[in-house]
Amino acid sequence: MDFSPEIVLIFLEIFIIVTALGVVLTSKVLEAAFFLSGTLSGLAGIYILLNADFVAAAQIVVYVGAINVLIIFAIMLLQQQLNSNNNLNGIQQLVQPIIPISLFIVFVVIITNTNWPIQSTLATVETTQAIGKHLFTDYLLPFEVVSILLLLALIGAIIIARRDLVVENKKSIIYSPSQLSIESKD
Amino acid sequence: MILENYIILSASLFCIGLYGLMTSPNIIRAFMSLELVFNAINLNFIAFSNFMDGQEIKGQVISIFIIAIAAAEAAIGLALILTIYRNKNTTDTSTIDWLKW
Repeated sequence: MDFSPEIVLIFLEIFIIVTALGVVLTSKVLEAAFFLSGTLSGLAGIYILLNADFVAAAQIVVYVGAINVLIIFAIMLLQQQLNSNNNLNGIQQLVQPIIPISLFIVFVVIITNTNWPIQSTLATVETTQAIGKHLFTDYLLPFEVVSILLLLALIGAIIIARRDLVVENKKSIIYSPSQLSIESKD
Repeated sequence: MILENYIILSASLFCIGLYGLMTSPNIIRAFMSLELVFNAINLNFIAFSNFMDGQEIKGQVISIFIIAIAAAEAAIGLALILTIYRNKNTTDTSTIDWLKW
């Protein structure tokens, strides 16, 4: 009982499309978050088929392990009825899918009519070693910039989400240095 | 021949994410659709790096950068959603209109 890569690819493609449609079309947001974890895991399988094992591991760790869990935490924190009630009229709901479907048809026509310059040799290099060499030689500056960006984004997220920095009365926008201290006001 | 397979999968993921981004009344579902669009772009980078740049895989390096930026975007976006919910007590995108006029 052997699985050829084509059969695995077809199975993964069907799985990804179905779960991605589930993200958009289910009525409950929490179910959409679990469908999203299915989509991200299936994409990790696609990356393994494409000889990108390091990116597949990063996909599992960062997307499924961090971002999706963060989304589920946010859904749990917002205690309200999160069911989507689409308050549009009939014509708007009828017109809405036309734009993505027509865009998809244009994409398919372009993709199938293009002669892609495919090299016959597939990737035979050790991908982790190659990525490490790139990250520390010719992509060193973007790597450092991304690390600083990630640090700044996390500090900014903490400052945005802190409760004692929220403007209550819309009149005092300037924060005093005592408000920036560790102990909370309320 | 199999490259078109991956790119069409990526295009369909992009269009599904675009549909969710346009139509969802809930801001968290729009956020998840944005993650779908990010993943479609990532899949394109990795497919092209495998089929056209097999010896030095620069597309995978770019996709690592995209994953890092997506993590930063998720942290900032969810902090913004929590702040909006705390001030406005809703996550409906049609009621968030502070910067509208």
